[in-house]
Amino acid sequence: MRAVRRSTHLSRQLLTASAVRHSSTTAPSIKPLTSVLIANRGEIALRVGKTASEYGIRTTTLYTDPDARSQHALSSPYTVNLGEASAYLDGDRIIQIAKEQGCQGIHPGYGFLSENPAFARKCKEAGLTFIGPPWQAIEAMGSKSESKNIMTAAGVPCIPGYHGANQDPEYLKSEAANIGYPVLLKAVKGGGGKGMRIVNNPEEFFDQLASAKSEARNSFGDEVMLVEKYITTPRHIEVQVFADKHGNCVALGERDCSIQRRHQKILEESPAPHLKEEIRQDIWEKARAAALAVEYEGAGTVEFIFDNDTGEFFFMEMNTRLQVEHPVTEMVTGEDLVRWQLIVAEGGRLPLTQQEVEQRIKERGAAIEARIYAENPDMNFIPDSGLLLHLKKPEATPTVRIDAGFVAGDEVSSHYDPMIAKLIVQGPTREAAIQKLRAALEEYEVAGPITNIEFLKRICVSPDFVAGDVETGYIQKHHAELFTPEPLAPEVYAQAALGLALQEISSSRSDPFAAPPVTTAGFGSGFQRRNVHLVEIPADGKADSKSTTISIHQTAPTKFDVTVGDQIYTDVISTFTPTTNTLTTFYPHTRLATTFIRDSDRLTLFQKGKQYRLQLAMPKWAEKALGVKDVTNSVLAPMPCKVLRVEVKEGDEVKRDQPLVVIESMKMETVIRSPHDGVVKRVVLGAGDLCKAGTALVEFEDEGEK
Amino acid sequence: MAPKAPSREALTLLRHSIRHPGTLRSQTQWRLAVRPSLRAPLRPLAISRNAATYTHSHHAEAVSIIPTAVDTNSEDFKENKRQMDEATESLAELHTRISRGGPQKAIDKHIQRGKMLVRDRITALIDPGTPFLELSQMAGYGVYEGEDVPAGGIVTGIGTVNGVQCMVVANDSTVKGGTYYPITVKKHLRAQAIAQENSLPCIYLVDSGGANLPHQADVFPDINHFGRIFYNQARMSGMGIPQISVVMGPCTAGGAYVPSMSDESIIVENQGHIFLAGPPLVKAATGEVVSAEDLGGGRLHSEISGVTDYLAVDDAHALVLARRSVSNLNWHRNQPASPTTPPTYKEPIHDPAELSGIVGTNLRRQIPIHEIIARIVDGSVFSEFKPGYGSTLVTGFASIYGHPVGIVANNGILFSESSLKGAHFVQLCGKRQIPLIFLQNISGFMVGQDAEKGGIAKNGAKLVTAVSCVDVPKFTVVVGSSAGAGNYGMCGRAYSPRLLFTWPNAKTSVMGAEQLASVMEAVGKKVDPELKARIERESEATFGSARLWDDGIIPPEHTRRVLGMGLQMACGGRNAGVERESRWGVFRM
Repeated sequence: MRAVRRSTHLSRQLLTASAVRHSSTTAPSIKPLTSVLIANRGEIALRVGKTASEYGIRTTTLYTDPDARSQHALSSPYTVNLGEASAYLDGDRIIQIAKEQGCQGIHPGYGFLSENPAFARKCKEAGLTFIGPPWQAIEAMGSKSESKNIMTAAGVPCIPGYHGANQDPEYLKSEAANIGYPVLLKAVKGGGGKGMRIVNNPEEFFDQLASAKSEARNSFGDEVMLVEKYITTPRHIEVQVFADKHGNCVALGERDCSIQRRHQKILEESPAPHLKEEIRQDIWEKARAAALAVEYEGAGTVEFIFDNDTGEFFFMEMNTRLQVEHPVTEMVTGEDLVRWQLIVAEGGRLPLTQQEVEQRIKERGAAIEARIYAENPDMNFIPDSGLLLHLKKPEATPTVRIDAGFVAGDEVSSHYDPMIAKLIVQGPTREAAIQKLRAALEEYEVAGPITNIEFLKRICVSPDFVAGDVETGYIQKHHAELFTPEPLAPEVYAQAALGLALQEISSSRSDPFAAPPVTTAGFGSGFQRRNVHLVEIPADGKADSKSTTISIHQTAPTKFDVTVGDQIYTDVISTFTPTTNTLTTFYPHTRLATTFIRDSDRLTLFQKGKQYRLQLAMPKWAEKALGVKDVTNSVLAPMPCKVLRVEVKEGDEVKRDQPLVVIESMKMETVIRSPHDGVVKRVVLGAGDLCKAGTALVEFEDEGEK
Repeated sequence: MAPKAPSREALTLLRHSIRHPGTLRSQTQWRLAVRPSLRAPLRPLAISRNAATYTHSHHAEAVSIIPTAVDTNSEDFKENKRQMDEATESLAELHTRISRGGPQKAIDKHIQRGKMLVRDRITALIDPGTPFLELSQMAGYGVYEGEDVPAGGIVTGIGTVNGVQCMVVANDSTVKGGTYYPITVKKHLRAQAIAQENSLPCIYLVDSGGANLPHQADVFPDINHFGRIFYNQARMSGMGIPQISVVMGPCTAGGAYVPSMSDESIIVENQGHIFLAGPPLVKAATGEVVSAEDLGGGRLHSEISGVTDYLAVDDAHALVLARRSVSNLNWHRNQPASPTTPPTYKEPIHDPAELSGIVGTNLRRQIPIHEIIARIVDGSVFSEFKPGYGSTLVTGFASIYGHPVGIVANNGILFSESSLKGAHFVQLCGKRQIPLIFLQNISGFMVGQDAEKGGIAKNGAKLVTAVSCVDVPKFTVVVGSSAGAGNYGMCGRAYSPRLLFTWPNAKTSVMGAEQLASVMEAVGKKVDPELKARIERESEATFGSARLWDDGIIPPEHTRRVLGMGLQMACGGRNAGVERESRWGVFRM
């Protein structure tokens, strides 16, 4: 089997080699690009610009109003304002700008217009080089059904299933038998898990079918079912392919992107762990076959669903663009894929053959990428936004790479994807790479929006992940292990209290007339004992917030006695450097260096590679004196958002978990559900309204008012 | 302790012999520096003119650094240190006890009402990281027989609020309900006097039941009694010294005028009450039955009567409002917007902690005053004025935390020469606007025929005149004894030093107890056998401090910091850059 595959593999190579020789006269001649328009934003715009500049290609960047001061817009002197936030999608306008600016090509990056066949076609018609595949290939791969047909024809395995009109239960059962158990029954109009059943064996097929149908009927008023193979422990494995205009196509290794949340990847690695070599070769082969079947050019990714139990894999889709996680492949191959894209776009040949690629991968070991998002893992990875108050990146080395679109002081806008950066590390083995990733994440400090960095660190030490036992359901399956909160050490509270005191002291405006640098004089020394009340910000926003009291007593300008609970630290020497926000404290037992960031009443501390988030407790008088509104009877917006729909009216009686409002933020819809049974007193915001995080959306009747 | 008195003179001699070479050295330097320039004109025109000898500032500065002869391993030093540390220790304990305030029952009740204790209120009021210089903690200590009045029932001191140095006057209602004993009034008035002299905004944290009625005769009517508080408030307000009140408890009768006379006042609801007569008195007078809150509560005064300006929900909130009021004083308006770089200074090169071992508590021993100065001033640098003349009074220029000061310090009995030198030096400081520091250790002016012949009376008077009239901030520290007219010539309490502090070993009396007893005998009075012991007791630092003859007792090693804070108080804030011309009285020549 293996030998056969190897031979076809070789013959194909020979074939392409001869094809190249053969077609060299008819292939378009090399047309160097000298000026490129980057039709994207953020890190990918910067990343493309970097390679382009390296080869002397002038880059023109685009920006929208909310992005006017973002890093990609500032990266080039040639930059054009598109206006409103959604304008990155305005293909015609972008083509017009490219022509006005004298650009020869357009690099679409990922997302936005990158997989829009109409745009690719218009570029070509306008005489511009679209740095990507031909529009026909995009179109072919863009359609689920068409791509499946092409793939089946090209011998690429697709997930077995029956999508037909014959709904006779016996017929469906026979289809299920063909597919092989377990199978998945799914309502064609279904969604959200409703009308969906897993059938493990033929005996329970009819029962499950009936139950799925009835649920579908009740939920969608339609009971048409489809049958698909159900994969118990699926993995997401994809293959990076590259093809040129001369008919060459190579597979640049595979990536395992099984660690996902909300069906989006957060960790991607190459090579895929525990993948048998013959399967690896087979999956590469199938990926190249898929690309060749649509006469592909440039960078593409063929995504497969891999059944961990059987070792089978099935084609899912092909992404006809450079992907977010392409640096993983760059790390394992040592190649610059944007450079390859430019070479292909210019009509050149792929720089490496398949054998050379394999040799490279063998030498370079493993690479892993972590996507750093402004999102809250504890609140189902809900996106966050806001000002990046503090940003410290690990040191970049040839094996540690950071692709970031932001610097400290930038704003993560709610208009776009909340990805802050990608951290990619390479090591001789997978274990080495993971260890290095964890170390680099510990050095990564982001204060402002909540990020997934802490969560990524926990995955890095999750035993099953380290063992390579990955699957797409990994996060749900390991929920308890990954989300159990850890109690805060008293030193964290002590550092926070010291940071507060020293920050205030260092910033206090005082009599310019010199004051003696003392905190006590004479026999009276009891005037610097202060209690600080801090609350650990509950990660999921739900836990009851109990405040911790820290007593600090300053005895000399840098000397303190600190008490946290029954823990007493005496004669602690602490200094704060406002320029770097570092707090260095010598405790009797240890030295702690902490990055201390305060944003009004919120504190972010980075200490020993961990982030801690605390909040100043509200003083007792505040509620009465400031009339701080009691929001216990309201449902609040969890993030800055736009209200899409309101599902209830004033006076409605609602049940717990009933949808109240649907909001949109970061291009994502979120349903806000009722936290308890009650009666809606007031709908504060209507559809189309924009609001900040913490704004009341719906108010409930008071228990007493009813 | 073994009598080592004879060695005192020897020590003095030794000191002189130590200082002598220093003087010689500087003379030599002068000669060396001058000689080439004398020779220069003899030479032909500028071909090989000799240059001035280059003296590096390092060497120039060395002229002023005070050397030390202290041997910390000597038996004397150890014995002195043991005695002084013992005295300091017991005072520290006493102060800790006083700072707890009234009886535990009263404290518990206070906290139960949701009120902050007075010292916690002050901590919450002042800026973190800044010192609070508490004054006269000993007030009322052993003054009223059978009555314990810790700190006189009132806490006063200088603290920094939003960057502004303020005088804080805070009643301690756990002590006799915060009522005013005569010593309470005296302490309150002293705080106001300090505020007025030094232009310090006043913050009154009011929580007092008013005058202590059994003591009304010593509290109510006289010039320096209760009424003076409001007089001072009005006068200070007139001078542009802000008066801010925070009403955190009762404020009855006369007390009602504290917030009413203030520029801004804050009241805590359901806790602070202002009325001329409380509910019981109202009922007795008019039959009207009314609750305290309706009669003079926070809401009434903030919303109806307008007696108060801001309503707070609790102590912490009230103090936040007080801090806000201070931030709106526009206090540093005459100072440059961008602060100039703060003056740089060096800590003394000799350790201030050695002061206890140098001084001890036995006042029969001569205190080597240069050793004291060396442990107070920046870098132990002291530019001594007239070192060789009238050497029993040491005068000279130095700086403390970068503030220039003139120091006048006793190093023996005052003779005519020392008095003349002192008067001269005080005049110099007056002309140059240099604050003066007096270090008192004086048993008096010299007596005897020779001294009288030499005009000790008129020469002493010159010093007294100069000290009285010089219009620069003066500070006095009693480091040893303070007796006779020496107390006056060295800027005793009556000469209005901005602040006066005593060391634990200090003794203040018109003359030594023994001499006093023998004088009494000499004038033929029958001497009370208890007299000597009583005078002894009455000259103790604690006795004087309890009666506010000083502003507090301080540990010797804190002298530098306390003076530094005093200098900031007197020269910073609204005083910065203000110059006052001294108008001298007639000096009897």
